Amino acid sequence: MKSVLGDRRAIAILLGPALAVYTLVMVVPVFWSFGYTFVKGNPLEGFRFAGIDNFVRLFSDPDIGAALGFTIKYALIMTIGQVAVGYALSLFYIFVLRRFTSALIRTLVFFPVVVPTVAIALLYQKIFQSAPRDGIVNELLVNVGLGSVDWLGQSDTAFIVIIIMDLWRSVGFYAVLLFAGLLDIPDDIIESARIDGARHWSLFRHIILPLSLPILLAATIFSINGTIKVFDSVLALTGGGPGNSTTPLTMYMWRTAFAFSDYGYGSTIALLLTIMCFLVTLFIFRSARRDNTV
Amino acid sequence: MTALIAENVSTQAPAPAPRPQLRRRRSTRYYLGRIPVALAIVVILVIEIYPLFWMFMNSLKSSQEFISAPSWWLPQEWKWENYASAWEQGNLATTVRNSLLATVPSLALIIVLGVAAGFALEIMVWKGRGTVLLAILAGIMVPGQMILLPLFTIYFNLHLTGTLWPLIITYVGHGLPLTIFMMATYFRAIPREIFEASTIDGASILRSFFSIGFPMVRNAVFTVALVQFFLIWNDLLFAITFANRRDLNTVQAGLLNFSGEYGQLDYGPLFAAICITVGGILALYLFLNQRIMQGLAAGAVKG
Repeated sequence: MKSVLGDRRAIAILLGPALAVYTLVMVVPVFWSFGYTFVKGNPLEGFRFAGIDNFVRLFSDPDIGAALGFTIKYALIMTIGQVAVGYALSLFYIFVLRRFTSALIRTLVFFPVVVPTVAIALLYQKIFQSAPRDGIVNELLVNVGLGSVDWLGQSDTAFIVIIIMDLWRSVGFYAVLLFAGLLDIPDDIIESARIDGARHWSLFRHIILPLSLPILLAATIFSINGTIKVFDSVLALTGGGPGNSTTPLTMYMWRTAFAFSDYGYGSTIALLLTIMCFLVTLFIFRSARRDNTV
Repeated sequence: MTALIAENVSTQAPAPAPRPQLRRRRSTRYYLGRIPVALAIVVILVIEIYPLFWMFMNSLKSSQEFISAPSWWLPQEWKWENYASAWEQGNLATTVRNSLLATVPSLALIIVLGVAAGFALEIMVWKGRGTVLLAILAGIMVPGQMILLPLFTIYFNLHLTGTLWPLIITYVGHGLPLTIFMMATYFRAIPREIFEASTIDGASILRSFFSIGFPMVRNAVFTVALVQFFLIWNDLLFAITFANRRDLNTVQAGLLNFSGEYGQLDYGPLFAAICITVGGILALYLFLNQRIMQGLAAGAVKG
């Protein structure tokens, strides 16, 4: 029987095309891109060997420091926000709302997840606009007696707008993900804890929270892996500005390669980004494994 | 570990929500207790719906009204012409066509290649399949930036840059790892004996794949297709890199360029263009929201 499921010709026919495309579009370019880190130039003007110049530049470039700083700050705050707000929403869906309302709110809060990011970013540009006319947020602030704020004109308020927008855009997803995890907690465990006298806070603290740790961890992995690669929403909302104060690594890489036509340095930044993604994932998997064995 | 999660999510989603609260008597106190819940619901509704409502109202205002009246006022006269000029200036007919031309073939290829590969990696028994699966899984983590420049060079040298082919090829290659991973997870739930039985009945393994394996994961295929549809439709990085010419713009890239060209001058049509973009997705979402939520949660590795 093993021979039928091990039919080499069939395996080649089924797997071959996918593997070929994957190799040509993903594997080869990854190594090719690694090769670019040792050159300077672009396909139009040609390349010349640059040794480790790109790496030397990577460690002395102040813009890299700023971009890396923004990426890390954004990834940390967004991950905490997505998982915390998502978890709060999922608890709300499952323990507070009735079945119909819960489904309705869940569906509603999830909707922005599937809307094209540029559309949302442009909408938020208008919501937080200050010139030539105030947007809805500034109108509200003025009406309650506070002055209007130039939200996208200063780096720290621009950062706040990015966070608010991306939370609004993505939190429905994490709420549904965590909701699905909470559904897996067996009813009888919760029921017996109730009979033993566990109420609201103690029920949450001693039963529900520990049981939802695995899914919280999974959500954290997904979140970090996504937020480290943030690109489209920031590009469309602030364009990296004011100055380059809200430029993540991804956008700095894109600018370097296409605005300044420097493929070598662009690839070096991309490599840094890739290594960060791998390290974060490895780190989280490691700590997850340790948790499970204890 | 991710495999486990994907499985859980996909299998339990339609299960009814448990009702942990014991039924209480509906006294006045009960209704007083529900007031904070009602408030929370109202707050959520306002946060979710008001920005969209505000956007729709503003899409109907004349440019003069943006100057003379606060933005939260309802439009004095409903200016539906904004939609016509958005469609015209925003090049929307072209961008929607380009998005469809890039998305549909990519989706078809991803599904055909991904399902077959998932079958070969999960049902078929051969040495080294674990390693291959792991190598493909690693692709999920690789950021688009890492493959962008070599691909650009390749497409440039193959003279593909004036077409939508670079987008389609990139979407297929970049979408395959997640698709293969998800399909392998779904195939894992099907016992191998089914395929062994069908070969005893005289079917070749390829025949068993097409007439038994593929139909059995039909639902999963639909889910995976939905996930990939949104990833491709909402992609911006590849779209502005490989198809930045105006006549090649996809919906996302087109909207970005439209806002750069006209957004500072003419708010009504810009709001209308955003409304059209959001509205198209909303129409899809109204019909398929349960499947979409379930599917995206299952494909969550992508974050």
